[in-house]
Amino acid sequence: MNTKNRGEKGDILLEMKDIVIDGYSDDRWHEIIKGVDLTLRRGEVMGLIGESGAGKSTLGLASMGFARPGCRITSGSIMFDGIDLMKASEAEKRKLRGSRIAYVAQSAAASFNPSHKLIEQAVEATVRHGITPEQEAKSDAKKLFADLQLPNPDNIGDRYPHQVSGGQLQRVMTAMAMSSRPDLIIFDEPTTALDVTTQVEVLASMRQIVEQYHTAAIYITHDLAVVAQMADVIKVLRYGETVENADTRTMLSNPEKEYTQSLWSVRSIEKDEEESKDIILKIENVDAGYGGGIKVLDKVSIDVPRGHTVAVVGESGSGKSTAARVITGLLPPSKGRVLFNGQPLPLALKDRGIEQLKKIQMIYQSADTAMNPRHTVRDVIGRPLEFYLGLKGKALDKRLLELLELIELDETFVDRLPAEMSGGQKQRVCIARALAAEPELIICDEVTSALDQIVQKGILSLLLRLQKELGITYIFITHDIATVKAISDQIVVMFQGGVVEQGMKSEILSPPFPDYTKLLLSSVPEMDPDWLTGLLKERSEEQTSV
Amino acid sequence: MHPVIATVLQRLALGILTLFVVSLIIFSSIEFLPGDFGEAILGQAALPETVAAFRKELGLDLPMYQRYLDWVGNVMTGDLGNSFSGRGSSGGADRSRPVIDLIAPRLANTLFLASMAAIISVPLALFLGITAALYRGSIYDRLVNALTLTTISFPEFFVAYILILIFSSFLKFFPSLANIDPTTDFWVRVHLTALPAITLMLVIIAHMMRMTRAAIINLMASPYIEMADLKGVSKSQIIIHHALPNAWAPIVNVIAFNLAYLVVGVVVVEVVFVYPGVGQLMVDAVTTRDVPVVQACAMIFALTYILLNLFADIISIITNPRLLHPR
Repeated sequence: MNTKNRGEKGDILLEMKDIVIDGYSDDRWHEIIKGVDLTLRRGEVMGLIGESGAGKSTLGLASMGFARPGCRITSGSIMFDGIDLMKASEAEKRKLRGSRIAYVAQSAAASFNPSHKLIEQAVEATVRHGITPEQEAKSDAKKLFADLQLPNPDNIGDRYPHQVSGGQLQRVMTAMAMSSRPDLIIFDEPTTALDVTTQVEVLASMRQIVEQYHTAAIYITHDLAVVAQMADVIKVLRYGETVENADTRTMLSNPEKEYTQSLWSVRSIEKDEEESKDIILKIENVDAGYGGGIKVLDKVSIDVPRGHTVAVVGESGSGKSTAARVITGLLPPSKGRVLFNGQPLPLALKDRGIEQLKKIQMIYQSADTAMNPRHTVRDVIGRPLEFYLGLKGKALDKRLLELLELIELDETFVDRLPAEMSGGQKQRVCIARALAAEPELIICDEVTSALDQIVQKGILSLLLRLQKELGITYIFITHDIATVKAISDQIVVMFQGGVVEQGMKSEILSPPFPDYTKLLLSSVPEMDPDWLTGLLKERSEEQTSV
Repeated sequence: MHPVIATVLQRLALGILTLFVVSLIIFSSIEFLPGDFGEAILGQAALPETVAAFRKELGLDLPMYQRYLDWVGNVMTGDLGNSFSGRGSSGGADRSRPVIDLIAPRLANTLFLASMAAIISVPLALFLGITAALYRGSIYDRLVNALTLTTISFPEFFVAYILILIFSSFLKFFPSLANIDPTTDFWVRVHLTALPAITLMLVIIAHMMRMTRAAIINLMASPYIEMADLKGVSKSQIIIHHALPNAWAPIVNVIAFNLAYLVVGVVVVEVVFVYPGVGQLMVDAVTTRDVPVVQACAMIFALTYILLNLFADIISIITNPRLLHPR
């Protein structure tokens, strides 16, 4: 189809100079991008990394001459292949979007219109812009589906978005962006919402197709290991300003700025494992499911040693969170039992006494939804103090301040609402709420997944310190192997509702591996830019040798 | 069975159940109305024996449950019974008419007026709602909002009299009385019912237009709308092709609600224009304690609501791809 050569590889395709973008909040405009330069050559992939709020997406969208509602590009110049996007009319920019510049969004599930078939959406821009006729575009889309290793490429396009998985949708979206053979694709955190095992497949197919068609790309992410696989050059952003630019290998081996080094500092936490025979919690042969339907857990047994951390790992749908619900009594199992300090616990929450409830607490992934937005920190932490310990008045206030000190927040936080705190601070308050009950066991359900690397590191060190000081036991549910390495003593690997293996960290993380553990471990991106290439080669060799 | 068919059948069964409950409520609430037909027709001075005899003739002396069962049984076979009025006091000739004969022409008139209002106002409301969403915040959007809000804010009899004043008294375009009868020719009918129809349109357009606008604007913040924008789809195509297909459920519900109002809630407009519709018939029947007519009208109104809501439910289901195309 579109084989016309629009220029040589190496020519400058996009040049943004001194870009300033304002965002509107708290009744006034303030700068969210403060004079950033960006130069991208044809066929080049640039990784744009930084924490959330650094302005990565805003800058990425600006390269299409687009500002989200509530944002405006106030100054600077954006030259795309000789076209000045700052001066171009809305109609001229519309002509570029979806034809020469395409966008791949973070949440594939939300970015597809639920009412239209996938293939209709995949070719929409190409057909609307009159690049190719509909039939031709559709057969090309099927070819792209096949290139992206989607199952059943001839028919998958006839499905609706809710009928395919998240990883498949993300690949269909890449095909959608590729449909018009654009010169530039903006990938906006395209794999953040995916499991590690799915992420590898999507990354591999995206990289392969970008290389195949010599498309330039801006790849936005906060995960340095991911960007190392995709990008030729890396640009680090912070608070709307450039921290540093370098080609990928230089950036990884020799980052200049301290901030860049700190971006992958979570990987620097190491905990020495300790063995223990003192079992605080034991679940035995548990079967559980929702609504009497399919079994989500099948004969699950887990031992948790006192004062240590058991990490439960597995992809989504493996039954990790269901196991947590069984332990807390939120979901009574249909079979099996739960022993706490050697005593069987009533299976249902309502049958457990206050002393039993107090000893097991939970911290959730999303601190936002786990707190009532109208409750101040005092209400949030004060409630368990009153309920479990019967504290009131001065005694409650005193304990409240002690807890705040424990989670490294000062007394000014007492009257804050959740909306007045950052993500990391909110998660700290949730930790304090769990501590308030003076529990022996805390279940942490993906508590750091929604946080940036640096904030993650803070939360993990806090949890480790609390364990050392207070002797608390953790069950740590996560799909992030870096987190597992950082904090666990023991590891439980789950797959499709069953336990694949349980053992000390050093045993699980060293060979020989059962198949699934191996897949899971090998799918975690590493800083090495050759990691993905090596992994794919290794996997294809295994396939052929089988 | 396809889940859509299953859901529709389920809604249908629920509708029938609702209709049954409504029949119970109608019957018992009329039972508790003060006074009875015997006294109303014979006068307060009538001898108790005369009243008793008259009641017996009408079957009013039977126990309540039996009269209910008789009535429901008859309604199910399509027999709405005979009207009470037209019966002379004991001994006189029975000039009462079947309820169906009384209601049928009136219902036809009501449906005629309702269709006339609906055929114009539904597309108009959708058009105004979509364009207001498209030019959100513009002068046009504000004007449409202000105008429709004004017309819905006035009581309908007031709107009716203003229309009569302008179009009938001053401009002499339309007659102020809409007294049609079965022999009236179609176009004459349209001309005669123009003012009541316009009154009704002004009352219902605002509601439907505002819901259309709100439902679309609500979706405009969705990531898939931003995606369409970034694919270079034009604003009007975004609204029609991407937002509207997902906005039908709330819009259709409001449309159904307003169409039901056109059938069951128009008695004030009928009185103002002396239009022989079913609303007036029911009010007259209540004042004369003509129980069979009241019951029949109430059942028709209930049926209208149930059918229109069923229709709205079906549209909501078939425009929801998750239900239409299960995994």
